[in-house]
Amino acid sequence: MEASIHVQNRELVTPGQILGSGKLTISTPTTVYSVGGKYYSAVVGLADVEGEKIGVIPLEGFYYPKVGDLVIGVVTSVGTNSWEIDIKAPYHAVLYASDFLNRPLNPARESLSDYLDIGDVIVAKVENVGRGRVTTLTVKGKGFGKVSKGSLVEIDSAKIPRVIGKKGSMLQLLMNESKCEITVAQNGRILVNNCPNKDSEEVVIMAIKKIEKEAHIPGLTDRIKDFIIKEKVRRGMFSG
Amino acid sequence: MGKVGMKLIESGLRHDGRKLDELRPISMSVGVLKNANGSALVEYGRTKVIAAVYGPREPQTRYMLLPNRAVIRCRYHMASFSTHDRKSPTLSRREIELSKVVREALEPVVLSELYPRTSIDIFIEVINADGGTRTASVTAASLALADAGIPMKDLVAGVAVGKVDGFLVLDVDELEDMYGEADMPVAMAPSLRQITLLQLNGVLTPDEFTQAFELAKKGIEAIYSVERETLKKKYLDVKVED
Repeated sequence: MEASIHVQNRELVTPGQILGSGKLTISTPTTVYSVGGKYYSAVVGLADVEGEKIGVIPLEGFYYPKVGDLVIGVVTSVGTNSWEIDIKAPYHAVLYASDFLNRPLNPARESLSDYLDIGDVIVAKVENVGRGRVTTLTVKGKGFGKVSKGSLVEIDSAKIPRVIGKKGSMLQLLMNESKCEITVAQNGRILVNNCPNKDSEEVVIMAIKKIEKEAHIPGLTDRIKDFIIKEKVRRGMFSG
Repeated sequence: MGKVGMKLIESGLRHDGRKLDELRPISMSVGVLKNANGSALVEYGRTKVIAAVYGPREPQTRYMLLPNRAVIRCRYHMASFSTHDRKSPTLSRREIELSKVVREALEPVVLSELYPRTSIDIFIEVINADGGTRTASVTAASLALADAGIPMKDLVAGVAVGKVDGFLVLDVDELEDMYGEADMPVAMAPSLRQITLLQLNGVLTPDEFTQAFELAKKGIEAIYSVERETLKKKYLDVKVED
């Protein structure tokens, strides 16, 4: 059968909308499904057409853990040798004490709540998404571990790729313009840290919220750049 | 002729002025609830239904999780102020049954095997009941699922067809349902050309059934296009701020 594509690149599609037929490759397996040689969208999103490859970038969604993802989690429960972490996914994640402390734990002598207590925020990496879907985290490596200061911004995880941008261009723009350290986690949480002043922190947060809202409209990077400059002028941040 | 001697159809028009094959005015919106992952408000004339979707999330109890797919839970509930006489807020036999019917109308389209060991919870609240609440519920729940970003094969749309005073009519309301001869709710996934809900109360001849089904299909196509427009409108309405 001859391959044909019925949608334009970046066209807004809805579940059940036909995308194409024939021999095509699916680039996003969870948002496109095929039946009888026809391809349909499974979500509300933007069609992503590249030659014979077809996919749908979802506009609405939730985080589903993948091995190697950087995530920001909140401790929800303290056990005897592990913590339970909320990573905004359908399943909670587990962080083992031996991983966090980098040494064996003596449960008779020390309590885990001395290190991390309920409500504490950690930056971690997804180590394993097990067969039984027990998700484990690791904090080994530079930049991981407990977060002691900064602002945490939560957005829809489907919009995280827009905050990073093509080859990290959007994130680079945000960091250069604000001089803040920004950690973008795949699960929709963003940590804004070490800002030179309160104003630049606020501008970054406003810019992130704007990205979330306007993620599907083309020309995002330029608009965000203009927005940050305007906001900086309004706050008189160019004088000093 | 209706049972009480009242004429429901006069010179080709129904008691509310609609033609035989005319839907009630339909309006829909999505994202109406902030705390839910997805939500929708659907109105078929005076029937008003709100649906909220949560999940996929960890199931409330471990015994109900399924190792190969997400479990879909559905609760259809009528608000105590939704009917003429106050309805007891506890779930009645009818509501438990409709919860199952609505769930089974949606299960074939949700790609639940992508999310094993989780639950997807659908809550449907009937705010005002004027006939066709189950079909409005299916429509609202399917919109709410799409709004939550849960992958599904197709949207589902539902409508009820009835036989009133010997005529087949589309989208029956409460009065026509009460005094009519038959009532047939239908829900379909139009792109897949699959029927997910088909019930029939009363008597139709085989010929009438075929005609009634064709009428339902026509109504569903119209509702389906409103559904798609509603989902797109949420994004097309976002204006770029300067």
